[in-house]
Amino acid sequence: MTCHAIVRVAGRRRLFRSREDRSLTKRCPEAQRPWTALAGIVLVLLLPLGAAAGLLLMAGADDMAADTVLPDAYVWRVVRFTLLQAALSTLLSVTLGMWVGHALFRQGHMAGHGLVTRLLLLPFALPQLVAVLGLLAVWGRHGWVNQLLQALGMQDGISLYGLPGILLAHVFYNAPLVARLVHVRLAAMPTEYLRLAAQLGIPRRAFWRLVTWPVLRGILPGAALLVFMLCAGSFTVVLVLGGGPGATTLEVAIYQSLRFDFAPARALILALLQMVLTGTLFLLLRRLAAWPDTMAGLSPVAPHPHAQEHGARLIDGAAILLLVALVALPLAGIMQAGLAADLARLLQETAVWQALVTSLAMAAAATMLALMACALLLTSMAAPRGGVRTGAWPSLAEAVASLVLVISPVILAAGWFVLLARTDLAQERTAAFWLVSGINALMSLPFVWRTLAPAWRDLRQRHGRLCAQLGLSLPTRWRLVILPGLAPALGPALAMSLALSLGDLGAVALLGSEEFRTLPLLIYQRLGSYRTADAAGLSLILLLMVTALMLATERLARKGDIRP
Amino acid sequence: MTPPENPRTFRPASGGLPVTLADVRFSRADWAVHYDLAVPAGAVVLVIGPSGAGKTTLLDLVAGFLVPKTGRIRIGKEDVTCAPPHRRPVTMIFQEHNLFAHLDAFTNAGLGLEPSGRFSRSARTRIFETLAAVGLQGREDRLPAQLSGGQRQRVALARALLRASPVMLLDEPFAALDPALRREMAALLARLHAAQGMTMLVVSHDPAELLPLASHVAIVEAGRVAAFAPPGDLPRRIARRHGLDGAPANGQAGV
Repeated sequence: MTCHAIVRVAGRRRLFRSREDRSLTKRCPEAQRPWTALAGIVLVLLLPLGAAAGLLLMAGADDMAADTVLPDAYVWRVVRFTLLQAALSTLLSVTLGMWVGHALFRQGHMAGHGLVTRLLLLPFALPQLVAVLGLLAVWGRHGWVNQLLQALGMQDGISLYGLPGILLAHVFYNAPLVARLVHVRLAAMPTEYLRLAAQLGIPRRAFWRLVTWPVLRGILPGAALLVFMLCAGSFTVVLVLGGGPGATTLEVAIYQSLRFDFAPARALILALLQMVLTGTLFLLLRRLAAWPDTMAGLSPVAPHPHAQEHGARLIDGAAILLLVALVALPLAGIMQAGLAADLARLLQETAVWQALVTSLAMAAAATMLALMACALLLTSMAAPRGGVRTGAWPSLAEAVASLVLVISPVILAAGWFVLLARTDLAQERTAAFWLVSGINALMSLPFVWRTLAPAWRDLRQRHGRLCAQLGLSLPTRWRLVILPGLAPALGPALAMSLALSLGDLGAVALLGSEEFRTLPLLIYQRLGSYRTADAAGLSLILLLMVTALMLATERLARKGDIRP
Repeated sequence: MTPPENPRTFRPASGGLPVTLADVRFSRADWAVHYDLAVPAGAVVLVIGPSGAGKTTLLDLVAGFLVPKTGRIRIGKEDVTCAPPHRRPVTMIFQEHNLFAHLDAFTNAGLGLEPSGRFSRSARTRIFETLAAVGLQGREDRLPAQLSGGQRQRVALARALLRASPVMLLDEPFAALDPALRREMAALLARLHAAQGMTMLVVSHDPAELLPLASHVAIVEAGRVAAFAPPGDLPRRIARRHGLDGAPANGQAGV
């Protein structure tokens, strides 16, 4: 018994070493801690630590601190609205998404199925500002719907601003996400289930109760929590469509408390509340529910036994039409509004060109930083002698890579904003450029990690021992094994990172200035000065840029993919 | 029946080195092995035993993918207990994933000669020569996916030959091949050994076709070397238990 106790204590002291390399270190001096992974972790933590220092230091020095240390009525109203809009968005998105996902599964062989599935992937990469402007073109004061209503004699019209607009935008983004998750999950059920149901003649309702629902049930808590987390941390949508006293979320309140009032103490409280909220959701998601795999592919499905029944066709058709309209209309709206804008004049403005170049350079820098940080973090999975390390180090690396899901870009930007506010660096272009790039890199890191980590682990398992035996040097290993092996995963990772950085407004809204302005910031400023047509035109340009980059990286990925 | 390769094209190596495992222990969670084994230079050892008995662990320890908790491993005069895999005079051929899937047969084999992947003119000649010697002439630019299972293992053998290590470890190298192909590969292995004289440890589930090659048989049971002797000198009871008692060399068909 004492012996066991000693072993346990020894085990605890060397928390971060697996049993295997403990024996290595004891006998052979070469085995080491994963220093490169440690470097990656420190590198990634620099930004949050700086932000924390900024918020804590400046909040302490804030004259208003005494009055605002305790959350006041305003803060609670913001918290209430954050939770309310997130809950409603989740309810709507999950209901509609589940309905559509099931419809796409049941009507797996209908005409245009592939087209609809691909259309529903579009919102994933669409910059939020572009989507919001698309929604405005359809549902806004001078949008299509109001024009139609006026033609019909209804003069009041509808307003997109406030809660309805926020919900609509969130459903635009998240209903397709849920539909995708549900569709992928259902399509992954054994084909035999469908064949058996057809053979046994199980009726529609019974099949739902006996087979579909039990399969579906497993992913719903995870999907709902994910959507709730995304909506609770939504910034751009709420900034543009909400923002008034009655429709402000924590994220937007942080921005406003610094941009409009410069009240670091209030920003700190809001940031803390936001982190507690998303942190709780994140932990719940990891503990209670399976993390939904948003990148999973669709498997081919056998014909559904009830696909041809009239009732089923009606329900499924309605669902698919509804969501297609919801997604396609704003896309058409941004096209129409963008083309109606004076694009020729816009392209002659220096400000536009500067914003374009700044956006591209920043997105490239952010992507490079994200890949570098990810490469360092990935080495946490490399055990000595070609092995794959499991245990605390890879978990720590993954947690660090996912950090931004809890500490949002707006919070990071807020921290650095107050840290630099009283220094000369605040006006420095270079400082803003690298800060925004860094924050955007951190923002894409969870996606980059999720794409590259499985490919890397797979590569290591296949070839790690062979590399160790042949004694390939690190550069050779990268050139001959790692880069070609990661190439298929690298394409989506690059595309995701570029699209996110190009479309982000959260970091640049606080850190941007007249000297440092990205395209989304320029769009937001034009919107703010009621030049909606300009904003729509610029959004179309942004949309085209993102699309071109996605297509280019997809081609790159296909070229790199030589595996059979 | 006669394969195209000519044994004379194998370059002679320095011959084999003796391999010694003295009081070598290794363990994980609820499982431990303990080996004492002295393999003479140039021997061909057939390593057999039930699944999970520790055959692969034995090879992993010799190759340096695992480091023992106690004991020493010697190859020739050198103590290699701590040496990393590429610093040992050892080449191991795995059951699968012996080749980098995105590199052609030529580069895969060539990495045995030049781990940087950049080949001089003379290196290229030798790589072509060796691939031809294992019967892969004209297939140098194929990717592994474009080769059959047997051809893939031939590329791995070519790479091992180019490394010219005095010790060669094979972990069920032909498990994925059909019986006819396995006999062919066994014959190729015999010619390699005749030309280069390296020490070989071959793990096999189906010892029949490799038995004629073997100078020794090592029987691994429950993490220990239960017997190590020339095939004829094995204790009869153990030999019978592992299907080695007077079984015809081409028997055990249909496995």
